Amino acid sequence: MLIRLEPRGEASRAMVYQSPLIAVVLTLLASMVMFWILGTNPLQAIHAFFIEPISTLDGLAELLVKATPLVLIGIGLSLGFQANIWNIGAEGQLTLGAIFGGVLALAFFDVDTPFLLPAMLIAGIIGGMAWAAIPAFLKTRYNTNEILTSLMLTYVGLLLLSYLIHGPLRDPDGFNFPESRLFHDAAVLPIIFEGTRLHIGWLIALFVAVLAWILIVKHIIGFQIRVIGMAPAAASFAGFKEKRLVWLTLLMSGGAAGLAGVIEVAGPIGQIVPVVSPGYGFTAIIVAFLGRLHPIGVVLAGLLMALTYLGGDSAQITMNLPNAVTGVFQGMLLFFLLASDVLIRYRIKIGSARTRESTA
Amino acid sequence: MNVDFIIPALLTIITASTPLVFAAIGEIVVEKSGVLNLGIEGMMIVGAIGAFAVAVTTGDPTLAILAGALSGMALAFIFGFLTLFLLSNQVATGLALTLFGIGFSALLGHNFVGQVFSGLPKLNIPGLSDLPGIGPLIFGQDVLVYLSVASAVLVTWFLSRTRWGLALRAVGENHNAAHSIGFSVTMIRLAAVLFGGAMAGLGGAYLSLAHTPLWVENMSAGRGWIALALVVFASWKPWRAFFGAYLFGGITIIQLHAQGFGVDVPSQILSMLPYLATIIVLVLISRDDTRARLNAPACLGRSFHASG
Repeated sequence: MLIRLEPRGEASRAMVYQSPLIAVVLTLLASMVMFWILGTNPLQAIHAFFIEPISTLDGLAELLVKATPLVLIGIGLSLGFQANIWNIGAEGQLTLGAIFGGVLALAFFDVDTPFLLPAMLIAGIIGGMAWAAIPAFLKTRYNTNEILTSLMLTYVGLLLLSYLIHGPLRDPDGFNFPESRLFHDAAVLPIIFEGTRLHIGWLIALFVAVLAWILIVKHIIGFQIRVIGMAPAAASFAGFKEKRLVWLTLLMSGGAAGLAGVIEVAGPIGQIVPVVSPGYGFTAIIVAFLGRLHPIGVVLAGLLMALTYLGGDSAQITMNLPNAVTGVFQGMLLFFLLASDVLIRYRIKIGSARTRESTA
Repeated sequence: MNVDFIIPALLTIITASTPLVFAAIGEIVVEKSGVLNLGIEGMMIVGAIGAFAVAVTTGDPTLAILAGALSGMALAFIFGFLTLFLLSNQVATGLALTLFGIGFSALLGHNFVGQVFSGLPKLNIPGLSDLPGIGPLIFGQDVLVYLSVASAVLVTWFLSRTRWGLALRAVGENHNAAHSIGFSVTMIRLAAVLFGGAMAGLGGAYLSLAHTPLWVENMSAGRGWIALALVVFASWKPWRAFFGAYLFGGITIIQLHAQGFGVDVPSQILSMLPYLATIIVLVLISRDDTRARLNAPACLGRSFHASG
C-alpha cells in the first residue's frame, strides 16, 4: 500500500479554510505530547495554557491588548505576502515606530494637548514606513532581496533602540536604568474598559483591518496585489507597475508595524524600554499565514496567537513550565499549517499509482 | 600595528568566521539542488544548544560536535519533509523553521543557562604550535576550524568533480530534465537539505562550544541570515563563500578593536556593522540583474511533483 499525493483539478476552496483548523487540532495534540515529555499532566497544562488566561474579564482584556500589535502587523504583512513581497523585518519597523512616537512624547513632555497622541501615532507610522522604505528602495532600484535587507534592518533597529535608551533617551532621574521617563498622561492611550489595560489601540487595529479589507476586496490596488502574487506574468501583461506595488506593500506593512510599535509604548508600556516587543513582528508572520492573508482571518489568528503569549505566562506561573513553550507552540502551529495546506492543491490517495498510469 | 596586535586580531577573525563558513557552505549545497532553506538561523541555534547540552552532560567534545550536526539535521528533516514531500512553500517553511528553532532551543536550553563548558581543545603540535606568530594561527586551532576549511575544499570538489555533484546541480538547474533521465529529484534534494542542516548545526556547535562556550538564548544573533546573504555574495561558489565569511569575520574585528584604538563610537553603533555590511554587499552583488540570474540555480525555490 502506498500513500501518495494526487493533484486536484482545481484548488479546493473549502480546504483553504479547513486547513488552519486541522493545524490547530494537530498542534494541540502535538503539544500535549510535548507537555507529557516535559513531565507535566497534558490536560492540566492545556488548561493552564489556553483556558485559564481567558477565564476572567481581566484576562480577556489582556488578550485583546496582546492581539492588538499582532493584528496590526499581520494585516500589513498579509498585503505584501499576497504579492510575494516578503517583508520579514516587521520587528524592526515596530521598533522604529516606537522610537519615533516615543521621542515625540518625550520632546513634548510638558505640553498637555489633545493633539499629542494623534501626532505620536502618525510619527510611529512614519517611523515604520521609513524603515520599510529602505528595503523597498533597494529592491526596486538595485534588485536586492527584501527578505534579507528587511531582516538585517531589524537587528540595526533593535541596536538603535538600545543605543538611544542607554544614552539620549534615558530618564535623567532614573538612577541610570535604561528606561525613558514615564509618558505624560496626554501621551498615553485612553483605556476603553475601566479597571483593565484594554486601550483604544484595539479599536484602531480593528479599523485598520476594515481598511485593509476594503483595499483588498474593493480597490484596484488590492486586485493588482492579488494578481501579481498569483500570476506575475499576467500582471506584467496587464501593465501593472510592479515597482509601485513593491513600494506600496512595503510602506503599508511598515506603517502598520510602526503603528503597532507606537501603540505599545503609548499603551501598555507607557514609556520607552529596551525591549518593546516580545517578537510580535515575527509572530505576526504566523498570524498572517494562519489568517489566510485575509483581514478577518488575521483578526482571528491574532487572537489565537495572543492567547499563546498569555498561555506561556500562565503555564510558567501555575505549572512552572518554561516561557519558551510559547515559541515552540507558535512554530509548531505554522509547521502543521504549511503541512495541511498541501490538501488545498492535492488530495491524498492510498493505493498504488499503477492504476492511474494505465488509464492515462 | 605590531605582531602583538595582528595575531590576536587574526585569531578573532577565524573565530568569527568559522560558523559562517559552515552555514554558508551547507546552504550552497542546498540551493545548488534547487531548494531555498531560509531556516539556517533555526538550525544553527538548535545545533548550538544540542551541542552544548551534550558537552555539559558528557564532557565529550566529539559527542557534542556530533550532537550539534544531528540537531541541525533533525530540524532540516522537518523542512525537507514539508517542502519536498508535502510541497509546502519554501520561503514560508524556512521562516517557520527559524521561528520554531528559536523557541525550541530556548525550551531545551532552559536548564543550561549559566552552565559553562571548558571549550573545544586546541590542536597542539609540540614545536609547531609554539612558533611565533603563525604557530597558534595555523597549528593551534580546534578541530571545527580545520573541518570548516576542509568542508570548503571538499564541497568544491564534490560539486564540480563528482558524478553525484553533477546530479545535484542538474536537479537544481532543471528538475524535470533530471527526473526524466532517472534521477530521484526528491531524494537528492532531501540529501542536500540534510547536509545543509548538519553544516548549520556544526556552525551552531562552534558558537556554543568554541566562540562563546556557554548557552545564551538567541546566541546565533542573525548569523544564519548573514550566511544566506553570503551565498548570494559568493555566487553559489564554495570557495568564494569561504573568503566572504572571512571578510565578514574581519568586520567584527573593527567592532571589537575600534574602541581599543580610542574611536569614540557607542558599542551598539559598532555592533550594527555586520548587518549594515551585509546590506551593502547584497546591494553590490544584486545590482547587476542578469549576473545574479545567471548564477542562481534555475529551479531555486520551486517545488517538484513527479506526476504533476
